[in-house]
Amino acid sequence: MSLAERIPLARTGTGPRVALILLGTALLLVIGRNLLPAGLMRPPEGLILPFADWINAVFAFLRDDLGLMQVTRAFAAMLEWLLDVTANLLYGKNRWPRIGPLPWSVVAISMAALGWALGGWRLAALSGGTFVWIAVMGQWQWAMETLSVIVVAAPFSILLGLVVGIAAWRWTWAARAMNPILNIAQSLPHFAYMIPVVVFIGVGPKAGAIVTIIFSVPPMIRMTELGLRKVPEEVVEAGRMGGATPWQLLRSVRLPTARTEILIGVNQVIMQCLAMVVLASFIGMPGLGQKLLQLLQALKIGLSVEIGITIVLIAVVLDRLSKAWAMRQPVHHDEGRTWVRRHPVLVVWALAVVAAFVLAQAVPLLAEVPRRQALSIAGPLDALVDGFIRLVDPVTTWLRWFLITWLLIPLRDGMLWLPFSAVLLALAAAGWAIGGLRSALVMLGFFGLIALSGWWDRAMITVYMVGFSVLIAAMIGFPLGIWATRSDARARRVLLLCDTAQTFPSFIYLIPVVMLFGVNDVAVVAAVVTFAAVPLIRYTIEGLRGVPAELVEAAQMSGATRQQMLWHVRLPFALPVMMVGVNQSVMFSLFMVIIAAFIGTQDLGQELQRALSATDVGKGMVLGLAVAFMGLAVDHLVKRLTERRRAEGMPG
Amino acid sequence: MPVTQVLSAPAPQGPADPVISCRNVWKIFGPRPQAARAELRLDPDARPQGHVVAVHDVTLDVMPGEMLVVMGLSGSGKSTLVRCLSRLNEITSGEILVEGREIGRLSEAELIDLRRRKMGMVFQSFGLLPNRNALENVAFPLEMRGQDRRSRIERAREMLALVGLKGRESYFPRELSGGQQQRVGIARSLAVEPDIWFLDEPFSALDPLIRREMQDEFLRLKGMLRKTIIFITHDFDEALRLADRIAIMKDGRVEQCDTPDRIVLSPATDYVARFTAEIDRARVLRASGLAAPTGQPVEGPSLPGGQTLRELARQLVNDSRDWIPVADAAGRTTGVLERAKALDILLGGAA
Repeated sequence: MSLAERIPLARTGTGPRVALILLGTALLLVIGRNLLPAGLMRPPEGLILPFADWINAVFAFLRDDLGLMQVTRAFAAMLEWLLDVTANLLYGKNRWPRIGPLPWSVVAISMAALGWALGGWRLAALSGGTFVWIAVMGQWQWAMETLSVIVVAAPFSILLGLVVGIAAWRWTWAARAMNPILNIAQSLPHFAYMIPVVVFIGVGPKAGAIVTIIFSVPPMIRMTELGLRKVPEEVVEAGRMGGATPWQLLRSVRLPTARTEILIGVNQVIMQCLAMVVLASFIGMPGLGQKLLQLLQALKIGLSVEIGITIVLIAVVLDRLSKAWAMRQPVHHDEGRTWVRRHPVLVVWALAVVAAFVLAQAVPLLAEVPRRQALSIAGPLDALVDGFIRLVDPVTTWLRWFLITWLLIPLRDGMLWLPFSAVLLALAAAGWAIGGLRSALVMLGFFGLIALSGWWDRAMITVYMVGFSVLIAAMIGFPLGIWATRSDARARRVLLLCDTAQTFPSFIYLIPVVMLFGVNDVAVVAAVVTFAAVPLIRYTIEGLRGVPAELVEAAQMSGATRQQMLWHVRLPFALPVMMVGVNQSVMFSLFMVIIAAFIGTQDLGQELQRALSATDVGKGMVLGLAVAFMGLAVDHLVKRLTERRRAEGMPG
Repeated sequence: MPVTQVLSAPAPQGPADPVISCRNVWKIFGPRPQAARAELRLDPDARPQGHVVAVHDVTLDVMPGEMLVVMGLSGSGKSTLVRCLSRLNEITSGEILVEGREIGRLSEAELIDLRRRKMGMVFQSFGLLPNRNALENVAFPLEMRGQDRRSRIERAREMLALVGLKGRESYFPRELSGGQQQRVGIARSLAVEPDIWFLDEPFSALDPLIRREMQDEFLRLKGMLRKTIIFITHDFDEALRLADRIAIMKDGRVEQCDTPDRIVLSPATDYVARFTAEIDRARVLRASGLAAPTGQPVEGPSLPGGQTLRELARQLVNDSRDWIPVADAAGRTTGVLERAKALDILLGGAA
């Protein structure tokens, strides 16, 4: 019904006309800039609302009057106990049960066994090898500090996500209430989560664990709900006819049948945890992230690359393991096989672990690799990088100079020069053109709130950085995506690369750019471009590959050349999927710009970092929400565009 | 013996109470089904906006031990009807009695108990749990009612053996072929020894050869188990092959509910007639269906009433009598057959 009503609206032509009028007005405002009253140039002082004070008041009320502080502190104490247990086991922190640390060889063997059980010998080699590398490179302590938090945070987050996801599936009102919260939560930058946690918990591992739990819950909720909704009706009916009570139905029918989706949720939780734990170094979380932060700030490239490799390896291993678990299909055993024959991995693992324990007693190197004896490739790496940088230095210096003087600074000044009223009108025009009155209002709402928050200039700098980066990323990503689909094998290779790159914590992308460009805006843009190009390439490939073979054959039989095929058949068909890529790309850019702020930008990110160090919750939340609103505005436009295309009968 | 006795369900002797009894059952899908129902009460041909009338004033009885096939094309409401009988769907109005109890009034616990003890159902796409192997799938209903592990596994093994899947107990659904998966579904539905057996297009998802094989298998089980069966299909041939009685549905209404013989011989509506037009009647009509009651006994050997004219073709051609007696399974003469009429049907002429 609603779709059918929307078709004439999109076709009547008033949409474009109103949009043009709005755009024209915006242009007039720009042209007549010098004549404008100050109130149209920048949001007038009187209109700026003290959101930050309000939020601070709410938080103060929650903390002091409602006594929420006690609750969070109690929860944090329990978490701390768990963290201490894992810390003791993994790196020998002097806490109960005081049996750790486990010899590194035992951990490596266990991870290899897990890899073998889930995905065969390749995965076993990858995950076992990763832990050997960590030990041999002398990074055991840091890596275990990081992992000990994930080991505690991920289960909490999974459980919480499951419960909330079930609630959202079960009660429509819960889903309706949950959806906007999740939308905002998934577009809030990482730092926005940290400030309230610092207020309530303080800094250190437990704060890191809590922020990690909160940050990684949303995808679990989403996937649980999705999985439960996707359970085939017949399976549920079969359960009901089997006489299952509602609880039995959920436990024995729905949840097991939704297994794959739920486990993909688990995979996402684990990856989000890793990304957050690395970033939580900003609030005093020890481990790989903190080390990397220190080394990057000290510009020790070789050592930070070493840490970077470790983080990347851990990310890939965790991703592959959890994905293999999600994709695993049950396989039957022949009847009458003995327990040992049915569980060969378990048996080998147990034997190997016992052997490793015994050997570790005799050969201390198998229990712990002291830092003095550890290998390091930092020296040669530094030399290599130095040589490389000296080689490309003329190029990078020129590029840096060119970008800063001719593109970045003029663009930024241009953004700041624009009257805010003109920007708002232009955004409303874009909204109207795509989704009519409602979208225009949505755009005005999101950006109007940003204007009222008093952070307009900072926000415009973020917009310019993101806009410019996504543009460059698109100029790289689209052609690369198209190139990759030339052959199936190539497409698969590039997709694998993209998938792998997407598992890296965003922090990692800063290492090479700092190495190449130093600490400045160009480095930030370069990091954002790299990070944002990945989803663009990925979705371009997936979109193009999704074109039905029949359609391509029909075009071939109509005598289309390769070019014609691309422009008239494949790209139009792939466009909706590519738009999803654009959407994700914008979201990634926003996150990256904010993270990159610590290497020096003047946008919202910098202020967010200041709010973090001053633990100013109100300011932090306002800034975080400003970032989220930008992401949500783009998200809204892209979704409306796809919806409209679908309503017009185009593939979407 | 009166004609109606011959033509109704063969199994029950004497007046039995129906196992399932539908009285003016309606099922309307949409945002406000009751309002739509009220609208239809005023104007029976109304088409309420935004609503779908899936079951339209259906009244029928299913007798103990009878096999009723509900036949209809997709969208005719046949699947919805059977889901109302098992209360997987709540009906909009009317009443459904199962063994004399109105199931709409059962509490949740009573309903679950009914399903655990009395009902079994087989689904078109099998509805197997992907994470359990064949044995655990079959044991599922037993597990739900809290039977201990040992006895339910034992029972599940028996059931799998019954449907010919011995040796495949530990296979997971995705490791089995479609036909095998449906055998698991059948075994599961029979595990609780239900009195009432629902089958919702059980063979539609299978390819034709397997379908045929499964139909034979089904007939074998049916003969062994003697349950009250409600079988849904969109395949008229399948309905004729399996049914004691057929209910033909269209747009939520039952167009005709009768024995295969009667449906073929005297279709109630044009719609039913269109189905029967293409049918080879000799394969469907049984001697007893065509026989007329007669006052005077006819001499000589009689024909078995349960066989189709096609099966009796040789005897019909060779017999020289104009009127041939027809006997039931017990050997009692139930009527006489007019040979000329039978030969006409056999040779493709008018009935």
